Amino acid sequence: MDIAEFLHMGGHGFYIWGSYGTALFLVLVEVFFVGKRRKKAKEQLEQMEAEFARVDNQGISG
Amino acid sequence: MSATRRIHWMKYASASNFYPLANRLAPIFMGLAVVLAVIGLYIGFFVAPVDYQQGNSYRIMFLHVPAAWMSMFIYLLLAMYAIISLVWRVKMADIMAYSLAPTGAMFTFIALLTGALWGRPTWGTYWIWDARLTSELLLLFLYLGYMGLYSAIPDRQRASRAASFLAIVGIVNVPIIYFSVIWWNTLHQGSSFSVSEGASMTSDMLSALLLMTFACWAYTIAIVLRRAQAVILERKKVALWASQISKNKET
Repeated sequence: MDIAEFLHMGGHGFYIWGSYGTALFLVLVEVFFVGKRRKKAKEQLEQMEAEFARVDNQGISG
Repeated sequence: MSATRRIHWMKYASASNFYPLANRLAPIFMGLAVVLAVIGLYIGFFVAPVDYQQGNSYRIMFLHVPAAWMSMFIYLLLAMYAIISLVWRVKMADIMAYSLAPTGAMFTFIALLTGALWGRPTWGTYWIWDARLTSELLLLFLYLGYMGLYSAIPDRQRASRAASFLAIVGIVNVPIIYFSVIWWNTLHQGSSFSVSEGASMTSDMLSALLLMTFACWAYTIAIVLRRAQAVILERKKVALWASQISKNKET
């Protein structure tokens, strides 16, 4: 099958690829931002835990 | 120190079990989603025949119908978690409801958009205020309302309660969407797939449709688990901060 013919979809290419393209874009955006949010939260929590542990240790020794 | 630790762990007992489980499940379901979608789209585009009435535009169905189903299923799930969170004050239920909302809104948007893009070549119009389309649009507003209410109220418990209440009231819209094509004379066609009558399409079309539906389910499970993990970490951070402040005040 001809690729141009496949993309043309008998005149319905815009509607079909517009649908699938937007959906794929939204899914990729969601995956990206959820991953980023989780990574950021993890780093901040670990940072905070380390900081508080340091403060607690100082409290005991000092 | 031991006292605050104990409270801390009790508070997040279910969340601390959930987190490692989600770590194991999320990649499996994401992989499953990709595999199912690839096979489903292959069948949908290369095996399923051209529709004799609609031409190729009907292939939007393999995305439109699963997205529309997901938009309703996710809403029911969200509302169920909202009830559990509101009545039994289960923290994890609130986190799940909150984590489901953006993905539900996304599927609702995809259902509306693909519907418009399918409607244009089939009905000659992108949009019409018929019962099915209007109630689905209302569903999008319910999702956005839930998310907006949750983030607009600074106190998290009050935000959760207000948003959960809205989600529960909104359940009434789901049967309206589902039965709208039967109750009213809509331009939107009735279901092409029913348990009692079977499917009014070829078996290739049906397998593509079902594979895409399972792909959407697997994707939803994976992404919601990941978002819930992020929320758990964020809330744990706030709790840790609060416990440290109260500890500093004591000493």
